[in-house]
Amino acid sequence: MSATETDAPVAATRGKGPAPAGEPVGAARSERVSALVQRHGAPAVLVVVSVVASFSFDSFATGDNIANMATSSAFLAIVALGMTFVIITGGIDLSVGSLFALGGVLAAWGSRHGTPVALLLPLVVCGTVGVVNGLLVARSRLAPFIVTLAAMLGARGLMLALTDEGADTYLIGKGSFLAELGQGSTLGLGNPVWITLALFAAGAVVLRRTRFGQHVYAVGGNEDAAALMGAPVARTKVLVYALSGVLAGLAGALNAAWLASGVTILGNGMELEAIAAVVIGGTLLTGGLGYVSGALVGVLLLKVIQNVINQIGSLDSSYQQVVSGAFLAVVVVAQTWLGRRRQLM
Amino acid sequence: MAEATLKAVPPDRTRVLQWLQAYGVYAGVALLMAVNIVVTPHFLTAENFRTQAVQVAPVIIVALGMALVIGTEGVDLSVGAVMALAASVTALYLGYGLLPALLVVAVFAAGTGLANGALVAFVGVQPIVATLALMVGGRGLALVLLPQLEDLRNPALASLGSGDVLGVPYLILIAAALALLVAFVVRRTTFGRQLLAIGDSRPAAQLAGLPVRRVLIVVYVACALLAAVAGVLATARLQASDPTSLGNLMELSAITAVVVGGTPLTGGRVNIAGTVAGAVLIQLLTATLIKHDLPPSWTQIAQAMVIVCAVYAARGRGKR
Repeated sequence: MSATETDAPVAATRGKGPAPAGEPVGAARSERVSALVQRHGAPAVLVVVSVVASFSFDSFATGDNIANMATSSAFLAIVALGMTFVIITGGIDLSVGSLFALGGVLAAWGSRHGTPVALLLPLVVCGTVGVVNGLLVARSRLAPFIVTLAAMLGARGLMLALTDEGADTYLIGKGSFLAELGQGSTLGLGNPVWITLALFAAGAVVLRRTRFGQHVYAVGGNEDAAALMGAPVARTKVLVYALSGVLAGLAGALNAAWLASGVTILGNGMELEAIAAVVIGGTLLTGGLGYVSGALVGVLLLKVIQNVINQIGSLDSSYQQVVSGAFLAVVVVAQTWLGRRRQLM
Repeated sequence: MAEATLKAVPPDRTRVLQWLQAYGVYAGVALLMAVNIVVTPHFLTAENFRTQAVQVAPVIIVALGMALVIGTEGVDLSVGAVMALAASVTALYLGYGLLPALLVVAVFAAGTGLANGALVAFVGVQPIVATLALMVGGRGLALVLLPQLEDLRNPALASLGSGDVLGVPYLILIAAALALLVAFVVRRTTFGRQLLAIGDSRPAAQLAGLPVRRVLIVVYVACALLAAVAGVLATARLQASDPTSLGNLMELSAITAVVVGGTPLTGGRVNIAGTVAGAVLIQLLTATLIKHDLPPSWTQIAQAMVIVCAVYAARGRGKR
């Protein structure tokens, strides 16, 4: 997440509008400020909220609390990582919440046949659902939102069918490698946190430094232009939906390992949380512009707000939803405003 | 690309496809009816029809508003949250009598719709995100106002939920009246024409001098008000206000009904009769599977299939 990272998306948005020939210095500076706010607004808010919270509540900045927050953020963060790719292509994936639950149940079910099965099964099944999503979106040209909506229903149905309508809960045996992966910790942080960080690092490299990553931006920036340039539009789309499915399945499997069981009621509304996190982090829903690190910041921000509201204690936990919703609204308004300013220039 | 494939198929198939797009949902309803009459015992009883109709009425009412929003090339994810909000506000203000409570509900719903509409029309946020914010926040607000299920004892509310005229429950009458009203608005009024014009092409509508922003705001307010009506009716039927679960996934049911009913997601066209039929189709499908002791998981998988098939059939209609 260095300064070089900002170059590509800014260039991508510039390509959308008319070329700013000989723009005045003031406009350039103003544009830079807009870009800065869009890119660093969420991290700044995160820092401010965290600092205020650690001064207000003694228990906020303790090692335990931070480790807890990190672990509970990890699963949503993995889902949001896949969502980032999908949203940058201008799509949306509503099936991730169901795939998260399905992945968890499959991992717990598979754990009786050994860890390799427990880890591979959710990835393969959820990845397949993702590929089907991608094919329907890319080849049949159906609206992503309706395709993945159907997948959301279908995947949840499949999960319920596997668990005798949610009555069976498969357990993950203690001491297995899978359980260790979910529950163990290294250097004071839970293993899921390290896995998440590794995935985000890999995601950032893929998005910035590989041909596939550039195709993702190109498809989201202007699909027709990308196709004319020779970018494999359909293949890129199929891949991002497959990636989103695989990551949702993996997050579900890790979560099941953490909880030591495949809980069937999880993942409801998770797709919306993930979308909210991605948008808060500065990725545009119109596609073509986005950051992997933004998703991480968005997730942390949502979780810190949740934690603060829990710390206040007297406030009902439903306030968290009100705050998250209001925050999301403020962020999109700000984003749209900044985006429009940039287009005008 | 779509045109190339269209040319390749023989004209007969195109005609079949067109017929399916226009009448597929009615054919589906008829087919399910026929299958049920043969295989389901006690299907052809007044009591059964009454139950099915009462269950589907709130979905129809929400779907009507959703059809209007989708007609403007938008989508409203906050309808379920508005239903929950309506339920908790009803519970809070029922002490002052039913009518004042309904007025407060209308104010809250209109406020939500106004916020959605303003975000879409003035700020220019995509509908899916704008209404997502209200969906998260609205449900939270409903739970803040009323943290858990509360039983309601109000004779007026009870009669609204379970009363009937000549054996036809109020719920069905209200849903039918609203469907006729919305169909009239879409087909016969200037507002309806403007709505469709905006859905077809917002820039063109703007250039033609239509009051784009005002129409959009009215559409989102109308959608929220219809969702609130559905929320109040569902609360009246339950005799309890349940902001935790009322209206959960309702946005999906409503969108499904609209899409299955032949309204393209690309806007510019609204099919109200199809929307009602779409809601009935999903309800019949669910009821059929449940009556034959198939588990809910099958229902969801079947519903997913129906959505994909409907959207697949409707493909290409958007690009005339």
